[in-house]
Amino acid sequence: MASKILRLGTKLLKTARSRLSPISQATPAKRNYLGSRQKLGTLGAVVGGAGLLMYALDASVEASGGEVHPPKQMWGHRGLLSALDKEGVRRGYQVYKEVCSSCHSLQYIAYRNLVGVCMTEAEAKAEAEQITVKDGPDEEGNFFDRPGKLSDHFPSPYANEDAARSANNGSYPPDLSYIVNARKGGEDYIFALLTGYCEPPAGMALRDGQYFNPYFPGGAISMGQVITNEVVSYADEEVAASASQIAKDVVTFLKWTSEPDGDERKLLLIKVVMISAFLTGISYYVKRFKWSVLKSRKIVYVPPGGGTANGKVKPPKDEC
Amino acid sequence: MKVIYNTLFKRTSTYAVAIIGATFFFERAIDVSSNVIFESINKGKLWKDIKGKYE
Repeated sequence: MASKILRLGTKLLKTARSRLSPISQATPAKRNYLGSRQKLGTLGAVVGGAGLLMYALDASVEASGGEVHPPKQMWGHRGLLSALDKEGVRRGYQVYKEVCSSCHSLQYIAYRNLVGVCMTEAEAKAEAEQITVKDGPDEEGNFFDRPGKLSDHFPSPYANEDAARSANNGSYPPDLSYIVNARKGGEDYIFALLTGYCEPPAGMALRDGQYFNPYFPGGAISMGQVITNEVVSYADEEVAASASQIAKDVVTFLKWTSEPDGDERKLLLIKVVMISAFLTGISYYVKRFKWSVLKSRKIVYVPPGGGTANGKVKPPKDEC
Repeated sequence: MKVIYNTLFKRTSTYAVAIIGATFFFERAIDVSSNVIFESINKGKLWKDIKGKYE
């Protein structure tokens, strides 16, 4: 009852005021508030619409190419907190060295990067010493060859891109350092590509030196099937060197070269979540504590000219 | 609670010292516990698990 009267009273007050003064006092604030709500609404609609448009365009692009989408494999490192299998990285390095390094470079990885990940320092040194590196001018100004050191990067099979193209029918074997991040589909795509060679569909014409791979955009890839059963022999007897095992190991190795910090990142995720949970809890408590002053204040309307029947009502004193 | 307040939290200077000290131990605890969690989830996949074979 009292609230109804209250509302009536304020309405009358507003209309009275607006009638008295041509410049309305209550409505500018009201109009601004409505304006910001409309702006917020249109902004939300525009952002939502843009998001929907982007999603639809991406979905149509996914459907447009003729290549087969690679099936998702259950990689051991696929979980949110799952580390990369270092044994796999070690075997993958062996596969890269024996099979892939004849055509593909890995120029962003140095031998010292292997230490502490899949090899001891002595082993990495031994690996490095197997290559010869052309080193800078000595005191007499001559270039000389020396065995590799830990600080050297992996050698490139070709001197430059033109040499690579001329040796491979005009196509360039890409550098594999970041290939897992550089190809749509990531590890799944590389694995499917390596193991997915098959006969071309009837009517498809392949040029000389091209092979068919359904996962490769366009279908005609210049790399033949390199990974077959037993193409590499593993030191570990318990691991069978099947084609899929070899492909799995080399993809694990390439995942490591693309994301050497993957393990550390996932460890930090645990730390960040724990610390953020604690800080959020504390912030919530502090916010509620500071705001309790405002949230527990009382606001009382005292109509002008007094209140109850027995005289004037004094408005309550402020706490502050 | 009263004891903690009167000894640590009342003066800002002691409060600051308490916060810094608690941060140190808190950080160490989080470090150790997150390492333990990570290593237990990823048993067998880390270098420290396999380096015994190659040294």
